[in-house]
Amino acid sequence: MSDTISLIFIIIGVVFDLFGCIGLIRLPDVYNRLQSATKSVTLGTCSILFGIFIKYGFSAIGMKALIAIPLLFFASTVAAHALIRGSYKSGIKLWDKSVIDDYKDVQK
Amino acid sequence: MKYITLFIIIFVLWLLITFNLETPNLIVGALVALLTSLVFGKSFLKDSKKFFQLQRYFWIIIYLVIFIWECIKANLDVAYRVLSPSMPIKPGIVKVKTALKTDIGKTFLANSITMTPGTITVDIIDDEFYIHWIFVSSKEPEQYTNKILGRFEKYIKRIFE
Amino acid sequence: MIINLLLYVLIGLSFCCFFRVVFGPSIADRMVAIDIFGILVVGICGLMVLITGRLFLIDIAIAWILLSFIGTITLAKYLTGKKLDE
Repeated sequence: MSDTISLIFIIIGVVFDLFGCIGLIRLPDVYNRLQSATKSVTLGTCSILFGIFIKYGFSAIGMKALIAIPLLFFASTVAAHALIRGSYKSGIKLWDKSVIDDYKDVQK
Repeated sequence: MKYITLFIIIFVLWLLITFNLETPNLIVGALVALLTSLVFGKSFLKDSKKFFQLQRYFWIIIYLVIFIWECIKANLDVAYRVLSPSMPIKPGIVKVKTALKTDIGKTFLANSITMTPGTITVDIIDDEFYIHWIFVSSKEPEQYTNKILGRFEKYIKRIFE
Repeated sequence: MIINLLLYVLIGLSFCCFFRVVFGPSIADRMVAIDIFGILVVGICGLMVLITGRLFLIDIAIAWILLSFIGTITLAKYLTGKKLDE
């Protein structure tokens, strides 16, 4: 029973990873790639780790997989902040068809 | 006070990672937690007595449920935008104002916004968030402030303030 | 059996990341691809635990999360134009 549920979580995770990597290839500029890719891939990997936790239950390895979820969550979130701020400061323009840019005023 | 709180958090984390209760393991964990809390204690939270108020944990659980639901919904939305052949995206950076005062509340609000797909916090200046949004649906500041922040702000206010 | 198939899918996705690393137009694109490759490796470690049954691989996953985080922060700091010890 728990094998089946953990397999379902792992399949959902791999599908979200697939969506994230398709976004990494298809989307037009670095900001949109960060949008799609970082978060879909993080949610997918969290789902895989949760599948491992369900399979092994409250043992040593299950608790390690459960602790890895918030670690991965905060690490990838802060990394996304740092990457998008760094690429704006280094002078990469927004995409041509962007509709609004409020951040330009505070830069100078 | 805040040194003791940090010590307890690190020690519980050590016990969960190593997951055995023998005496040498406990001694090593206490030593490591003591050293870490001595070094990093002065940059920890200012009012750490909020950790011992139990009604905040109740709101954390409700907030987690709502957050995971929003996260899955928005992930499906972004997956639709990526997979559809015409790619209906309309990106831009918008400015929203928040009502939260404390630093930890702003940090958690920014992390929640970043983790919901479609929006990333670029920068925080005083109480204004600059947010990169993959589909800017309206031009009115009140509407998009309500749309981005309104889901999370009231729960974070109950948890951290 | 089906877990082996999923492992092959994840390895193929990491080759997609290498495509973006090699052909990315700017340096920020390459950094995003490296960050995502680090997260995919954690998923690969998780599946390897289920396939081989060697439990130390989950420790490698936790260590990989922390090291990839530090690497990404350092590269992003380089992008903003600061020195690394500021």
